[in-house]
Parts: sequence; C-alpha cells; structure tokens
Amino acid sequence: MSLPISTSSTGGLIVAAIAGLIFGVLLHRGRVTDYNVIVNQFRLKDFTVLRIMFTAIVVGGIGVALLHANDLASFHIKPTYLAAVIVGALIFGVGMVLLGYCPGTGVAAAATGRLHAIVGFVGMIAGGIVYAFTYPAMKDGFLAIGDQGKIRMTDITPVPEVVWWILLTVVALTLFKLLPKAQKDSPGA
Amino acid sequence: MSEKTSFLSSPRWNPYMVGAAIGILSWLVFFVVDKPLGMSTEISKWSGATTSIVAGSETVSDNAYWAETTPKFGYSTIFLVTTAVGAFISAVLSKDFKVELVPQVWADRFGPSATKRYIGAFIGGILLMFGARMAGGCTSGHGISGSLQLAVSSWIFFITMFIGGVIAARVLFPTTK
Repeated sequence: MSLPISTSSTGGLIVAAIAGLIFGVLLHRGRVTDYNVIVNQFRLKDFTVLRIMFTAIVVGGIGVALLHANDLASFHIKPTYLAAVIVGALIFGVGMVLLGYCPGTGVAAAATGRLHAIVGFVGMIAGGIVYAFTYPAMKDGFLAIGDQGKIRMTDITPVPEVVWWILLTVVALTLFKLLPKAQKDSPGA
Repeated sequence: MSEKTSFLSSPRWNPYMVGAAIGILSWLVFFVVDKPLGMSTEISKWSGATTSIVAGSETVSDNAYWAETTPKFGYSTIFLVTTAVGAFISAVLSKDFKVELVPQVWADRFGPSATKRYIGAFIGGILLMFGARMAGGCTSGHGISGSLQLAVSSWIFFITMFIGGVIAARVLFPTTK
C-alpha cells in the first residue's frame, strides 16, 4: 500500500475515525472541554490551553518538518490575506471567550453533557450561514486586502527551518518555566 | 475526588503529554492521509447542509462560498463525529459526563440563568464560526496545524486571536479576584 492514502477511500475514512477518537479523548483529558479552563486562559488565570497548544506545535512541527525533509509529507499552507486573518482572528477570539470553546473543543464538550456547548454548536452552524451569505459581498474587496500568498516564516525571514525549531523549542520551554503553576483550585475541576 | 485514579479513569492528563500526543497525531495524519487536523471547514459544510434543508439546494449551489467548500459527507464529517464520540467515551470512563447548563465561571459573573448562558453561547458560536471562516481556519486548523508548518497566516491568527480573547475577557470578566 502506498502512502498517503486517499481521504475518500475506505482506509482514509477509517483513519478519520481513529484520528477523531484520539483527538476527542485528548481534548477531554487535557481538560479543554471545560468552559472554565478555556475562559480562565483568556483571563490569564489558567495556562492549560497554551501549554497544550505550544507543545503540540513544537512536537508536531519538528516531526512534520522531518517528514517533509524526507519527502514523506507535504505542507498545506493557508494563504495569508492580512485583513481577513487579522479581523477574523479578533472576531474568533471574542467568540471563543463568549462561548468558552473553539470549534473542536465545542464539539467535544457537547458530547460530555455540556448543554451550553450544544447551543454553541448550533450558533456555529448559524455563523457559517451568515458568513456564506456575506462572503460574495466581501470576496473581491475586504477579503482580498493584503494578499501575500502561501508563505512560511522561512520565506519572510532569513532564519532557516532548523533554527526556527530550535528557537521555538527554547521559547516554549522558557514560557513553560515562567508560567504560573496549574491552579489546583481552578473551578470546574 | 480520589487522587488514586488510574490513567484510564483520571479526568485530567498532564497538558504537556496531551499536547505532545496531539503533535504526534499530526505526524500521523500528515503522513498517512496527507491532511492536517482541522474542524471549522467541516462545520461550515454543516451550515450549507442546514441551509439546503431549510431553503433548498439551489440556495447552496448558487452561493459563491459553498461553491468553493461543497457540503458533502466524507473524511472530515467522520472526524468531527468521532471527535465527539472520543470525548464522550473519555468522559464516561472518567466519570466526568455530566449535564451542565451553566458553567461556574459564567455563573459567578452573570448569574445562574441558563437562558442568559444559552444566548451568550449562541452569539459566541456565531462570532466564532464567522471569524474562523474569515480567517480561513480555527484553533486546530490554523492554531495547531498551521502554526506547526510555520505558516505566516497561522501565526498571525494564533497571536491575534489570543490578544482578541484577552481583551474580550477583560471586558466580560472585569473583576480581578
């Protein structure tokens, strides 16, 4: 069997199920399906979210970079539209605090009995509808502002890939050392 | 709650271990199916499917956004559903499955009203998906999968959404207790 296998093949769909199950378990056991943990991250009272994300980026990134360097994986870089990514990210951040979940953790939390996460998921579907109907009006105007194409940090800086990963590992380890200890009394535990 | 819980039944795992495991899961999906972890594109397809039921399939096929992101059952649908299943199994095994109407931090600030919480969650959900679609990804697609590829757009997303969230938290939860 040659890799990668097609996502539309039976094998691909089995991979989707395995990856989804593992992802769901990890989000729950990592406690990011807990509203309180996510909101307290943005209140700078609980740093679980940053700990998980930064570790995932560094561990995942070094592995994927090695796979890519050996022609065993391709990159999937999202294009940079400066206005859209900045304004979209700001709206996303506000939504994440109001709902207390992001899309992935919201889906996972809904399955652990958190009824407000189910309401949030319905809101997400509504938000997708609102976006689809406003998209034609924004497509060639606002959304096209600052188009930089599919660029990586190595394209806009003279810093090579290896050095980026050394730097990010050092930044992550320093950050983890400086962050306050996990709050044992964090509500919702 | 007993501290002497086994690994399988412990409701909390070390966040670094969880993060590393998500990183390793990323290696596997890049290597095996050539597809990064992501969630919000799939949810926007559910938006399309819902619109198709309510307003007819022409409304969806005529829409410029859904023309580029055609709603149909597939890999990402299974990934979304099994993410929920995985969290459900994990919650049951660790006795953390509970019907929660209003979480504690919300209740401390806005009171015990479930209606109020649902309105907040619904509006939050709208903003979340609108922002994710505008930015081209969410916490998983941009924040983790994009950042780990050193994508410029994803690092801008990660940092900006964090700043936006901290400002929103200052406004919504002004008391610093």
